[in-house]
Amino acid sequence: MKVGVLALQGDVEEHGHAFRAAAEELGVEVEVVRVREAGQLRDIKALAIPGGESTAIGLLARRARLIDELKSAIEGGLPALGTCAGAIFMAKEVRDSVVGETGQPILGVMDIAVVRNAFGRQADSFEVDLSVEGLGAVRAVFIRAPAIAKTWGSAKPLAYVDHPKLGRAIAAAQEGAMFATAFHPELTTTLFHKALLEAALGRR
Amino acid sequence: MSVAEGFEYLEKLRDFFYGLAELRDRLKERGFRWPKPYAAEAAATGTVKVKVGFPAMLRNGVIMDVTNVEQAQIAEEAGAVGVMVLDKLPYDVRKAGGVARMADLKVIEEVMSHVTIPVSAKVRIGHYYEAFLLEEVGVDLIDESEVLTPVDEQHHINKWLFTVPFVNGCRELCEALRRISEGASMIRSKGEAGTGNVSEAVKHFKALYRAINELAAAEAAGEEERLRDYARQCQVPLELVALTAKMGRLPVITFAAGGIATPADAALMMWLGADGVFVGSGIFKSQDPKERAEAIVLATSRWDDPEAVVEAQRMVSERASMAGIDVKALRPEELLQTRGV
Repeated sequence: MKVGVLALQGDVEEHGHAFRAAAEELGVEVEVVRVREAGQLRDIKALAIPGGESTAIGLLARRARLIDELKSAIEGGLPALGTCAGAIFMAKEVRDSVVGETGQPILGVMDIAVVRNAFGRQADSFEVDLSVEGLGAVRAVFIRAPAIAKTWGSAKPLAYVDHPKLGRAIAAAQEGAMFATAFHPELTTTLFHKALLEAALGRR
Repeated sequence: MSVAEGFEYLEKLRDFFYGLAELRDRLKERGFRWPKPYAAEAAATGTVKVKVGFPAMLRNGVIMDVTNVEQAQIAEEAGAVGVMVLDKLPYDVRKAGGVARMADLKVIEEVMSHVTIPVSAKVRIGHYYEAFLLEEVGVDLIDESEVLTPVDEQHHINKWLFTVPFVNGCRELCEALRRISEGASMIRSKGEAGTGNVSEAVKHFKALYRAINELAAAEAAGEEERLRDYARQCQVPLELVALTAKMGRLPVITFAAGGIATPADAALMMWLGADGVFVGSGIFKSQDPKERAEAIVLATSRWDDPEAVVEAQRMVSERASMAGIDVKALRPEELLQTRGV
């Protein structure tokens, strides 16, 4: 089975590594494709959008004329996981905690509202144990992370984080075969990549 | 190779060095705490995963040197993954001479409030207090840089003491491993900053990967003695050498820096194994900074796609490139790369 990682900018290698480790645990064969062109979307059964800078990923996707193609592939049911910048890229509503409206290119496929840099700057980045509904316990690494401010429609929260400054925020959400996390599961766990592979195999 | 594989050992290394640091207790008396107390249970800031994980998010990206808010906004709109705030671009540091120090805090804070991407700044080698100030102001990454005038000829900063990640320069593997053992969360080549000449960065990357490939081969062949000799030669822990050999790369993100001036320069450095690039004087010392910034971002992201690199190189004109300096024309005392080894 071919799975893709959007390879414009960000921790693409870490997602590839997590996909391969998840596949080994599930006992399935995967080939990880670095997705940069619309044509590659036809062959893959699942897509990860990595962490990185969402502005850089958005601008590069627009230059490669990938935005519409990605949007229709995900809306057409391609299982997708967006972590951190990836979650920002998938959200329908985005703003920044410091500068407000950003006007950056986004896919806008998931019924979530995301606040960029919500927990503060890098010195405020943290790791914490979280319990994710349906998946289990994870060590979650939040790096200059966004917060999911709300979900609506068929999107539902999967995990919450309690933060001294921000209070209770949504850390992960799911809508059908779309997953969005404010943290970076690719650095510490295979649970989300396994869920994505299971969705691709029709087991979820 | 995912850097996540190095986390466990780097955590051990941190504990070891941190345990040794008498400085910690002296600093604690003055109110510096590490790790910072955190309200939520079992949550922690400034951990290895957080500090080494952050540069992983900058992969295939470009960090651009800027001296003011306008330049920082041009960088952000071009798709930079970060900006490095300086008082003077390295080219001008070279021209000006004298002592080069950390940038104005006011300028750094102003940039921080106007862009959404990470903001870094440089401190002088060994200057703990410039680093404490930057951590207090809240920059996202500190570059302990040979471009500024070193204050300690013998020692670098013990970076395990800080919550903020540090990037350090290197010319070869031993130097990189020494910096990692001191707590650097990211490594870059030194190159020869402010020259617009990428030749030294090429030399440093080739030296780095030649040594790593030799160690990887020794590891694969079970020649543990060679790893031990190398660790002794570099004066770094054997485990760090073994980890590097096993991973076949440095266990932290490795960027290219020093003299990158064109999209083709950036693509070349990515091809040589860089995870991303720093561009110093190359953008804002050129006549076409806006186009050049976008072009270098494109070439860095898609360096292995010849069509994209051609498209990027077409976006700039060689007539607009910074003039540059031949490294051979510099006197030994004018070289920046020999500072702090």
